[in-house]
Amino acid sequence: MTDTLRTGLFAGLVVALIVGTGVLDNWNLALIIVNYGLISAIMALGVNLQWGLAGLFNVGVMGFVALGGLAAVLISMPPVPEAWAAGGGQVLGALAIGAAVIAGLIAVYKRTAGRVRVIAMVVLGIVGFFLFRSVFDAGVQAIEAVNPASTGFLGGLNFGGDSGRDWPIMAVIAWPVGGMLAAGAAWIIGKTALGLRSDYLAIATLGIAEIIIAILKNENWMSRGVMNVIGLPRPVPYETDLQADPDFVATVTDLGLDPTLASTLWVKLLYSGLFAAFLIVLLILAQRALHSPWGRMMRAIRDNEVAARAMGKNVTARHLQVFIIGSAICGLAGAMMTTLDGQLTPAAYQPLRFTFLVWVMVIVGGSGNNFGSVLGGMLIWWLWVAVGEYGPDLMIWATAWMSDDSAFKANLVNSAPQMRFLVMGTVLLLILRFSPRGILPEK
Amino acid sequence: MDFLNGLVFLTNFVIIPAAAYGAQLALGALGITLVYAILRFSNFAHGDTMALGTGITIKLTAVLVAFGITLGPLPTALLALPVGIAATGVILLVTDWLVYKFYREQKAKPVILVIVSLGVMFVMNGLTRVFFGVRDIQFADGERFLITVRQFRDMTGLDEGLAIRTTQAITLVTAVIVMTALFWFLNKTRTGKSMRAFSDNEDLALLSGIDPDRVVRVTWLLVGALATTAGVLYGLDKSFKAFTYFQLLLPMFAAAIVGGIGNPKGAIVGGFLIAFAEVTVTYPLKKVLTYWLPDSMAPEGLVQLLSGDYKFAVSFIILIIVLLFRPTGLFKGQSI
Amino acid sequence: MSDNAYQDDRGNKDRSITKPGGSTTQTVRKGGKAVPTNSKAFLIGEAMTGGYGKGPDILHSCTIAVDPGEIAVIVGPNGAGKSTAMKAMFGMLDVRSGHVMLDGEDITALTPQDRVIKGMGFVPQTHNIFTSMTVEENLEMGAFIRRDDFRDTMTKVYDLFPILKEKRNQPAGELSGGQRQQVAVGRALMTQPKVLMLDEPTAGVSPIVMDELFDRIIEVARTGIPILMVEQNARQALEIADKAYVLVQGANAHTGTGKELLADDEVRRSFLGG
Repeated sequence: MTDTLRTGLFAGLVVALIVGTGVLDNWNLALIIVNYGLISAIMALGVNLQWGLAGLFNVGVMGFVALGGLAAVLISMPPVPEAWAAGGGQVLGALAIGAAVIAGLIAVYKRTAGRVRVIAMVVLGIVGFFLFRSVFDAGVQAIEAVNPASTGFLGGLNFGGDSGRDWPIMAVIAWPVGGMLAAGAAWIIGKTALGLRSDYLAIATLGIAEIIIAILKNENWMSRGVMNVIGLPRPVPYETDLQADPDFVATVTDLGLDPTLASTLWVKLLYSGLFAAFLIVLLILAQRALHSPWGRMMRAIRDNEVAARAMGKNVTARHLQVFIIGSAICGLAGAMMTTLDGQLTPAAYQPLRFTFLVWVMVIVGGSGNNFGSVLGGMLIWWLWVAVGEYGPDLMIWATAWMSDDSAFKANLVNSAPQMRFLVMGTVLLLILRFSPRGILPEK
Repeated sequence: MDFLNGLVFLTNFVIIPAAAYGAQLALGALGITLVYAILRFSNFAHGDTMALGTGITIKLTAVLVAFGITLGPLPTALLALPVGIAATGVILLVTDWLVYKFYREQKAKPVILVIVSLGVMFVMNGLTRVFFGVRDIQFADGERFLITVRQFRDMTGLDEGLAIRTTQAITLVTAVIVMTALFWFLNKTRTGKSMRAFSDNEDLALLSGIDPDRVVRVTWLLVGALATTAGVLYGLDKSFKAFTYFQLLLPMFAAAIVGGIGNPKGAIVGGFLIAFAEVTVTYPLKKVLTYWLPDSMAPEGLVQLLSGDYKFAVSFIILIIVLLFRPTGLFKGQSI
Repeated sequence: MSDNAYQDDRGNKDRSITKPGGSTTQTVRKGGKAVPTNSKAFLIGEAMTGGYGKGPDILHSCTIAVDPGEIAVIVGPNGAGKSTAMKAMFGMLDVRSGHVMLDGEDITALTPQDRVIKGMGFVPQTHNIFTSMTVEENLEMGAFIRRDDFRDTMTKVYDLFPILKEKRNQPAGELSGGQRQQVAVGRALMTQPKVLMLDEPTAGVSPIVMDELFDRIIEVARTGIPILMVEQNARQALEIADKAYVLVQGANAHTGTGKELLADDEVRRSFLGG
């Protein structure tokens, strides 16, 4: 079977599953799967760049996704002027102090040595920490006191009116900014973990992801923490506006559709178009990169690092580069997802869902194959939703032989949505065992 | 007197909880380090193995309690623990036979086994969720306290009280017993030594006639025992919730690596180090300092260095510092 | 990229999650049985042809034999297949034709582990000790297959290598190169082997230590154990050899006693530098 045919068949399967969901169940669900599937595909593309192309083991995808989500808030939400007046300057000042202290620590580390270095760093660190906290805490308190039920945070940079609806483009601008935020974090992690004597990337990413989530949950002045930021502006029209628009209602009625249903579908379709556009651009870039001299060099480094080093390639720098790019793509996808959700819920970020599920997508699709990752992302996302949606029905059918008042049966039916973890694990283990290169192997 | 009061307060709110948590982390990290030493990969499924073993023990405890069998002042779970350990051991052996064995025969690279363990993690997580649910389960029964705050105050006449929960005492006693037994096993028995030899130099171990399958089997049984014990102790001390066990992965990995991954002594030291750092940094120390410092210097704020949500950051920062200055961990790694 | 997808780690070198150094040696498949034969030599690899895995043949009808009371050495230029010949006799590569026979049994189909049980002692060239374990534990691991009391054997090993007795509670990894080799030989002797095979025991040690090691090896031979040895230092090896094999490109080039070969002009010219 040729590669093209294999790719075509795989794509056909994914399309058939989604269309099947639409025809047999409902099109709203199918489009939801498409939208989140496209975002998952972008995440998988990012992880594939890191693992497939460079062999970097990143288990902190969740952190980069969450940073993207934060960017969606910081860029697309309208600012809260009262909060800015109350403590905005103070918090920014405190952050500047913090940055200055870190810069100072680095300078001390570079300029001094021996005992002087240790003492200077400890003293500077402690003094800096308490200085930072004293300025910072007061500012934060002031910000969080401003109308805590609805705001209590600084808001974002969207100056398009109180709801931010006048500047919908800010939502799209937030996406690449999310990528940049993730890239910044990746630079710090990569500098530390890839620069150590051996790579300690896995444990570093695992840790940093948890820390990022902790920050989002805890720093209310920035992200409202567990109170969530809701009502994020979106780049597409609102359903209620469409239903109130006579032109739209007339057009869809002519087509024989119910306006309410049509408005929900239309909004989702617009999202699909936007996400697909981003995905296609990224996919083209990834393919070009793969077949460029840069991509060949990355694979050469991966396959024989010693030889690549001997030929004068700066392996650590290349690893850092590809790690940053891959993380940025995950951040971009994370920002898209938060915009699509319409809210930032830090407590919803779970490693199984946002890190390891993406890994399943990459491995099942085919590590090192961009099309494989994209299609793997769509397929696994469909499966994830399908098991959650149809699992209970299936379980009722499978336990039909049990008596209706059996507690065990009730327990099984109730926990059927949890079956998705079981299914994902089984799929991953089966693929690893019987098709270790994934559905679309790397050429 | 102020000094003693401060000390008692610190012991009550920081030292005892941290010691119990440290013992739980250390037991968990020991399991990770054993798999790493013998099977040469980091087992991402370890947290979920703990959850599964604990879940089984909880169900058994419920059965025992339903039959009216309890341990009096001690939690009934201790009675169910050996059966829970056996069941977890069997699950791990079956997992090895179904999953890991194939990759060993293929001489698969360790990182492939890491990815395989991700699959096992999903499956075990799913099993835990399906069979034991996702809600919080409290299963500690028996006496709640070994010594209460009031008893301690009456005894000593100090202002501050010291309470030792039964679960904390049990955790520490069990941990000491388990760790002693493990070290005795690894250093004194023929099987234990053969495991160390296998970890040190696999090819030479094979030449010496050490049966690799037996070494692997014994390892999984030990890992099952360590994971279930750690999980049950943690669950007794706090509560059982499927995904908190998954979140223990990070501090446990950090403990194992800080100590020098593959080294059991390191895992224990690392576990306590991480636990003490986490609790100290995230606990408001105002009262201790008020006791200890002269009145003029008494702190105004809570002196909580970081909010509790940042406990992961603490283990992580310790990890990074150790890796920067001692990349092999505090103890030389690569040997059990 | 590796042919075997399970061995493709994509160049990953993350030490926080993986421990390198797992077993990679290809060995004879499990399940073979020893068959009685009427071979005359005590240990003989007869007309061995074979190579590693699916690779090309390295040995071409190569014959190596050793009898009780003898020291046999294999010498030859770099890449001649000296170590390969020894590994073939120990079952660490596919012998595609030819036989290996020990003490009247054909053991060609046995795994290395089973050959150890049959009485072969093998000291690999590198990684031949458990570095993190004490000297005494190394010896104990050498005796792993024995279920009887091995304290006598350990005393004998300590008599042969007195320095090991002195350092018996030290981790073997902390010893010097020559001492490590003594641990390695001692470990192999713990099974009370019928034959001892040494793969370049003097590789990487200083000339003084090398002389001492050769003395020890002669002493071991005096206890009656036949020794088969691969050596890089051809001249010294030939001096102590009762029987010597010169291999060239995986085939026997010259065979004789050590003295004969030392006297042989052609051997001198080609391998001993005149």
